[in-house]
Amino acid sequence: MEVVSSITPLLTVLVSAVGACLILATGERNRNLRESWTIIAAVIKFALVVSMVPLVLEGKVIEFTFINLAPGLPLQLKVEPFGMLFALLASTLWIATSFYSIGYMRGLNEHAQTRYFFCFAVCLSATMGIAFAGNLITFFIFYEILTVATYPLVMHMETEEAYLGSRKYLVYTLVAGVVLLFALAIIYSMTGTLDFTPGGFLAGHGTTGLLIFLFVLLIMGCGVKAGIMPLHEWLPTAMVAPTPVSALLHAVAVVKAGVFGILRIILYVFGPSLLHDLGVWLILAYVVSFTIIVSAMIALAQDNFKRRLAFSTVNNLAIIILGAIILTNNSITGGMLHLVNHGFMKIALFFVAGAVFVKTHKKNVSDLDGLGRQMPLTFGAFTICALGLAGVPPACGFISKWFLCLGFLEAKEIFFLIVLLTSAMLDIAFFGPIIYRAFFAKAKSYVSPHFDEAPMFMVIPILFTAAVSVMLCVSPNAFVHVFDIARMAARSILGAG
Amino acid sequence: MSTQYPALIVIVPLMSALICFVVGWWNRNFCYKIAVAAIAVSFYSSVVTMKDVMANGVIHYWVGSWEPPWGIEYVVDYLNGYMLIIVTFISLLAVISSKKSVEKDFPEKAPAFYSIFLLLVTGLVGITITGDVFNVYVFLEIASIAAYALIAIGKRDHAPMASFNYVIYGTVGACFYLIGVGYLYLVTGSLNMADLAKLLPDLYNSKVVLVGFAFLLVGVCIKMALFPLHMWLPDAYSLAPDSVSSLIAPLMTKVAAYVMIRIMFTIFQPVFSFEMLPVGSICGWLAVIAIFVGGIRALSQKDLKNMLVYILVAEVGYIVLGISVGNRIGLTGSILHIMNDAAMMACLFLIVGAIAYKTGITDITQFRHLNQKMPFTMGAFTITALSMVGLPPACGFFSKWYLVLGAIEANQWVFAVTLLISSLVNAILFFRVIEYAYFYPHAAHGAEEHVHATSHGHAEIVMDEAPLSMLIPILIMATLILVLGPFSGKIISSIIQFAIPAGF
Repeated sequence: MEVVSSITPLLTVLVSAVGACLILATGERNRNLRESWTIIAAVIKFALVVSMVPLVLEGKVIEFTFINLAPGLPLQLKVEPFGMLFALLASTLWIATSFYSIGYMRGLNEHAQTRYFFCFAVCLSATMGIAFAGNLITFFIFYEILTVATYPLVMHMETEEAYLGSRKYLVYTLVAGVVLLFALAIIYSMTGTLDFTPGGFLAGHGTTGLLIFLFVLLIMGCGVKAGIMPLHEWLPTAMVAPTPVSALLHAVAVVKAGVFGILRIILYVFGPSLLHDLGVWLILAYVVSFTIIVSAMIALAQDNFKRRLAFSTVNNLAIIILGAIILTNNSITGGMLHLVNHGFMKIALFFVAGAVFVKTHKKNVSDLDGLGRQMPLTFGAFTICALGLAGVPPACGFISKWFLCLGFLEAKEIFFLIVLLTSAMLDIAFFGPIIYRAFFAKAKSYVSPHFDEAPMFMVIPILFTAAVSVMLCVSPNAFVHVFDIARMAARSILGAG
Repeated sequence: MSTQYPALIVIVPLMSALICFVVGWWNRNFCYKIAVAAIAVSFYSSVVTMKDVMANGVIHYWVGSWEPPWGIEYVVDYLNGYMLIIVTFISLLAVISSKKSVEKDFPEKAPAFYSIFLLLVTGLVGITITGDVFNVYVFLEIASIAAYALIAIGKRDHAPMASFNYVIYGTVGACFYLIGVGYLYLVTGSLNMADLAKLLPDLYNSKVVLVGFAFLLVGVCIKMALFPLHMWLPDAYSLAPDSVSSLIAPLMTKVAAYVMIRIMFTIFQPVFSFEMLPVGSICGWLAVIAIFVGGIRALSQKDLKNMLVYILVAEVGYIVLGISVGNRIGLTGSILHIMNDAAMMACLFLIVGAIAYKTGITDITQFRHLNQKMPFTMGAFTITALSMVGLPPACGFFSKWYLVLGAIEANQWVFAVTLLISSLVNAILFFRVIEYAYFYPHAAHGAEEHVHATSHGHAEIVMDEAPLSMLIPILIMATLILVLGPFSGKIISSIIQFAIPAGF
């Protein structure tokens, strides 16, 4: 693999940090200027990320080393296919969310908007750092920054509920951070390195018992953010945050950072062959299967729109992990693709929930009756993406689930195949009623019979994300070659391991 | 012998203390300037000396040109060169920020305050720079007596009592130290550290040496406030005036920790301290208890300053823990943590001073709206708090990382887990303050104020920052906390690795 030294990865991290400072400096005095910093930073970031795609497709690795924290422990950013996928996802969605946030925050005349946009930008900085982290310590540093920067966002409403939610969030994530740190320290004192290596670097170190212990620690450390049951408790409570926060952070940045971390651990720290030798992969596979089914069942029982989506998130995150832990070429590809695809589809769903709230102040599924006629664009997008999550074309969930199924068949894991398909049916079961109520049920309370959508700032991001979801199904390789990148990543791991 | 800088580090504050007192009779306003100038010279000399050490190796300075072991020798190597910079730099910031609070709290005592303040700094740098065990005692007493006086200056009711308590503990500690020195002198006839280090290995089996070592160590532990000898610290430091506590809280314990490292690694060899005696495990377990006791007591405090002093007890535990795991990486962590913790504590106590000066509030539950009144101060507080919790990229994370690594390498899993749990305790402590300062207003006063606040956008709260002489040191410190973190690898590879005895 050819290594190219470049400062671009650093710039992708810094651009939103600089944006954050500008946002803070501008403050409440000039709202339009403040919001334009967000948009400018988002667009520049996206452009920077995309500019690195060709190099990655050529099989090169872009590297930037800040400084050595200790011998063999550099603070290092490294752009390779898997990180690229995550960076593409986050940077694209940040643009959409920025516009949406403006519509949402102004639509509701929220307080403390400066703090909100500031923290948002810091979160995105951290997310880029996570995506491009070249080793576990860099990953950890940005992971913790993400934790802290998200906390004020969860707290945003400053109600009693928000207090509890944000405290719970902190307790879960900080404890997880400490657990992760412990594992990192053990690994470093055992091997003297923490560099991510496709196919893993732990093989040949330590005893079986210690390695299993480490695996448990690491999965717990990242599993909190990834919402693996029983560590998912914080996620539904954190839904008290404003919807754009739930959308970007709890469908994309935070939870995906957790999943991303788990995939890194499975594929780049332990590696397929070591996991097979240890036998722990099967345990994790059962745990996430449990999560998949149970979370879907809980989702069925939720009346709060956002909470239902939250449990659907838990469900899909577990599916991504399941794909990776089955450890075949197709299942890893499917898992990585689902990481991206789920991001686009789920954010559209959250956007819909927020648009409905801003327009009608309705929070519950049971109040949605007849709204489809008033907000056809919003609910049209919802229908496409919700069905897509279940695996129905033309949204991109179909592609990723197809590869997951192929992978499971390849590994002859029929049980997990059944889990996946059951979950798809449950998806229909909890999204179906929403679609039905919106379009076919008779309105209980007053619903405007005419076309009356949320502000355009909100509708356009919804349509955009839904359109991207469809595009990723019809032509997964369009523009930035998401499909090829996922393939490359999967191949690099199995080729090496 | 070409350079006089090592002497200047000590002499300038010492002489200025006298000048300050005399000039103060004539014009009180000069005292502040003299004190700042003196400590600035001292700081500059430390930096020059450190550069010299890094270029030319260890500096030996014979005071009055008397040859050691008869004369007193100042020895500056990597370890105390590094300590000197920390001590003088933090003293400089502390003295700069003391201006307004002295003017407010006890303007009539300004000359006395600054003279004693300078004496305290003299004591601290003296302990650090000297290569003579008896001289350490002398400076230890100078520093301690100055500290007793400064604490008692405080206007709070129990300050003299707390100071008296400290006098008793401190004197016992100093006595123990002196007895230890006496024992060592008895068998070796020398007071020079390098000389002792040469003579002692042959006498390691002697009971006298053993007793001497024990007295030295216990004496230092009292000065350092290691559990269970910490009883004097919380009252003394929390009742001291803010301008004083921002000097003594970060530095006194650190300098004592430095003396402990000197005793265990320079005067005696690690072979003696760790293999012939179970000092490592005794101190290690005491440190574990200190961390928990400090953390738990801190949890029960409502007053920010009280909370900090208990955290300080826990932080002492961190440093001792790193020393007592008995390996290179743990000691690296300790030495790094001496710097990081000094920076964090200095910043926190300066912030406490600034908040108290501006608003008179020390109770955490009264901190509402503080983020709008004092945004810069609270920003600095947040950075420091995150560092205390051990969240990267602030510096607290990096020393914790090395301490945990050291504990793991020594197979002391309990120590490692203690360090990790303690960062969670710190998280509770500091996020509680942050919650009050940044988020509390709405929830505390229900829906009514919520509506009011949103409709007016908090226009009624005006920014009212601390005076620049307080704010600038705080911001410098907060920036350093952020910057030192990523550079800790550099600091270790260029300074700390040479500060640790070779072959350990």
